[in-house]
Amino acid sequence: MTATLGTEQEAGTPEPDRAKLVVVGNGMSGARALEEILTRGGADRFDITVFGDEPYGNYNRILLSEVLANAAGAAVDNEDADGWDPDELFLNPTDWYAENGITLHAGVRIVRIDRHAKVVMGDDGSVTPYDTLVLATGSRSFFPPMDGMWASKTDLTPGVFGFRSLDDANAMLDHVAGARTAVVIGGGLLGLEAAAGLQAHGLAVHVVHPTEVLMNQQLEAGASKVLRSKLEDMGMHMHLGVKTSEILVTDGAVSGVRFTDGSDLDCDMVVVTAGIRPNIGLAMVSGLETQRAIVVDDRMRSVDDDDIFVVGECAQHRGEVYGVVGPLWEQAAVLADVITGADPDAAYHGSRLTTKLKVAGVDVAQMGVKTPERESDEFVQFSETGRGVYQTVIIRDGTLIGATLVGDVSKVAALTQAFDSRSALPEERVKLLFDLGSADDSASAADLPDDTQICNCNGVSKGDLVGCVHDGAETVSACMDATRAGKGCGSCKGLVREVVEAALGGAGAEDPAESYYVPGIPLDKPALMQEIRSQELKSVSAVFAALAPEGRDDVASKMGLTALLRMMWPEDYVDERDGRFINDRVHANIQRDGTFSVVPRMSGGVTSPDQLRRIADVADKHEIPMVKLTGGQRIDLLGVPKEKLQEVWADLEMPSGWAYGKSFRTVKTCVGTDFCRFGLGDSTRLGIDIEERFKGIEGPAKMKLAVSGCPRNCAESMVKDVGIVAVEGGRWQIYVGGAAGATIRKGDILATVDSHDEAVLITGRFLQYYREHANWLERTYDFVPRMGLDYLIGVIVDDVEGIAAELDERMQEAVDAYVDPWAADQQEATPGQFHDALPLIPLPQVPVRASEGAPA
Amino acid sequence: MTASDEAVSVRLGPVDQIPVGEGRAFLVGDEPVAVFRPRSGGLHALRAICPHRGGPLADGLLDGEVVMCPLHNHRFELASGACVSGGDVDDVAAYSADDDDGELVVSLVAP
Ligand code: FES
Repeated sequence: MTATLGTEQEAGTPEPDRAKLVVVGNGMSGARALEEILTRGGADRFDITVFGDEPYGNYNRILLSEVLANAAGAAVDNEDADGWDPDELFLNPTDWYAENGITLHAGVRIVRIDRHAKVVMGDDGSVTPYDTLVLATGSRSFFPPMDGMWASKTDLTPGVFGFRSLDDANAMLDHVAGARTAVVIGGGLLGLEAAAGLQAHGLAVHVVHPTEVLMNQQLEAGASKVLRSKLEDMGMHMHLGVKTSEILVTDGAVSGVRFTDGSDLDCDMVVVTAGIRPNIGLAMVSGLETQRAIVVDDRMRSVDDDDIFVVGECAQHRGEVYGVVGPLWEQAAVLADVITGADPDAAYHGSRLTTKLKVAGVDVAQMGVKTPERESDEFVQFSETGRGVYQTVIIRDGTLIGATLVGDVSKVAALTQAFDSRSALPEERVKLLFDLGSADDSASAADLPDDTQICNCNGVSKGDLVGCVHDGAETVSACMDATRAGKGCGSCKGLVREVVEAALGGAGAEDPAESYYVPGIPLDKPALMQEIRSQELKSVSAVFAALAPEGRDDVASKMGLTALLRMMWPEDYVDERDGRFINDRVHANIQRDGTFSVVPRMSGGVTSPDQLRRIADVADKHEIPMVKLTGGQRIDLLGVPKEKLQEVWADLEMPSGWAYGKSFRTVKTCVGTDFCRFGLGDSTRLGIDIEERFKGIEGPAKMKLAVSGCPRNCAESMVKDVGIVAVEGGRWQIYVGGAAGATIRKGDILATVDSHDEAVLITGRFLQYYREHANWLERTYDFVPRMGLDYLIGVIVDDVEGIAAELDERMQEAVDAYVDPWAADQQEATPGQFHDALPLIPLPQVPVRASEGAPA
Repeated sequence: MTASDEAVSVRLGPVDQIPVGEGRAFLVGDEPVAVFRPRSGGLHALRAICPHRGGPLADGLLDGEVVMCPLHNHRFELASGACVSGGDVDDVAAYSADDDDGELVVSLVAP
């Protein structure tokens, strides 16, 4: 596909004084270089043309693993539609090029540079002249040669994937649904991210790595071992020190892998993350000096040609090829300085690498050398394998030359600073890792130089954050909102917090607002509930009038208060519709184009021919653009305009599935004893009964449940807010606090009970306790560890506080007060409740998708 | 919208069609306009389309000062349309809205 965007006004009348700048590659490095060039006034000096062979605008590669991990949540399952936004993946949409007067040839590959004629030739036959050329061709997956890898010269065997591009991620997503077992070849950073993403989709994941050290680029053996055991705890299978010799193929698709020791492993999917190779073919055929990558000087110019610049993963500078973002950012800045003349003497001196990342939910930070290199190097090592923490620092002649942190990275700010500035270290080296009671934590973040980049995704420096505080921001989240720091991959949030808290003033940095239940009312949840109860405040406006500073209402507090009041006064809560989020005003989930999704209740995921027929009829009659199965085992009708909602509900004759609220969502079940030959308990019955009982119960955040009929756990009970598993002897295990969305956590066993009824009871009691004690938007995966499992078992199972009966009673009240909102709001509750909010825009705006899944 | 001297001004019916504390969308000439009626009193009008990614502002939650777009929670001042939530989001156009004896009147001029 070739798309030409942008202005081509130069075609007829070239302006003689504007030089031609051509950029080959529109991935992260090409885009970054362009942005740097534009901020230095490059648009006035150059006619800019960009070639990219992926048919998209450039996207944020850091987020690729999130696409994979979260598509289970956001992109595919609309019920999880908070969190990840597909649009954020694209750094610059194609319009951006047009707006900046850049001509983009997406989908055209440059095949040769004629350096004498100063033109580049495209695979579409085009010939484009340049005065200055930037190569940002990036890198690609390396596929080790082995049998079964390729179906043809250009196509991988179906079921084999690389993990580099959006296409790769999308292809994997298309494939995971039917897959059970995946093998990831290569346990580097990308491999582990892919593995975690696949695991989130419920696959059994095996990681094959040729050495004993996972992530050996970044980690030494000790650190890697700790990481490994954490990943194994999460259920990943590791095959270390093993090589794959062959991919086994049956009927043209992957069926397994064979190791060099001759053993086989069945699988239906293989992901190859065996390293990357810079794309240097173009440079080679064009006569530029290449070794591992294209060799450049300190100005980021090819050593052979002063008019050709190189940036990113395809550049080799002083023997180093960098594959992470930090250096790429620095290179792009130097290159732009030189090209635009902003600073013709700018020079790149190489990067000292500091890597901070989250690998499958485990924090890892690494800088400098991994292990001591000389006799005289000092080596401080701390390991607490039980907690999964491992830390080392390496010191030479009194300066920090390396550090590795796994599991606990709270010291990374201080270490980065010591590493970057080569500053003096404490006499007692161990202080680098521990405070030893000195309680001087914020000092380190305070000492970072202002230009230290804190958020690598959005390029926010310490200075930007501090500036925000000086401009009056009083909280961490206010600074994050104002700068967008921490809103990319999210791995820098801890550091952002440290910097902001330090800027807010050391010990005074304790932000009381953090404990508020909602931002607009200065009380924590217990105090707020106490006031509401004693003053009998039954509406959101009454709460504001009585408890907010100057009685002022606050937009960010309304939803949380509404949920709290409905929980506290199930019978006589005074309903104010303006206190609800739009989803709760119209009982449907708002989509990006302002239409809504409609998910009827289908308890336990069990339906009937009659229901399916009705759903099909409704979809036909109302021309529903997409009908989709959700991860919660029900059916989602997407793209319904607001003014049609009532009609759709009436025609469905089914109750609301509450797929839009901070509420009890679904109970996913497996087939259980009815049909399954492994079933130990009637999981379907239990799931239906739980869903029928607790349907629509609101809480601080959504609640997703599951019941599995045997420990094979087909309903994924271990990663649910409440998950129940039948075990031998007619008993049920109840797990709480699990998650498999943006966060992955295996639930903890709250109780093992003897009967169906007891399982329902304990589930209800736990949910009620959670409703009463969790903070607004605090999911169970944060709530359970915060309260402590032992404490929860005490209160909920052993009733040590003697409140079990009250909890049960209050849950019963909530159950009794339930009304189906779809039936209730067949009459408008407020004038214009279902009026369209965008009168001019034809809806729906999201393209209709054919059922094969081909983009329309 | 250019010629302010012949600004479109439209009577849109009873103010009560907007529930207190909420917003509703109207068409004023060719312009989609969201009119808000905060609990603290007054009427405010903004262009109905969020400058961030086209979200329906009339569906947003509001307080006395701002409306919050339902799609990505950017916030805009009711009085001026200024975006107050950071990031690189443009301000939204603000228009004048009045309660003329129970009737809603919107003109496409700055408030
Ligand atoms: S569209 Fe309004 S905040 Fe994104």
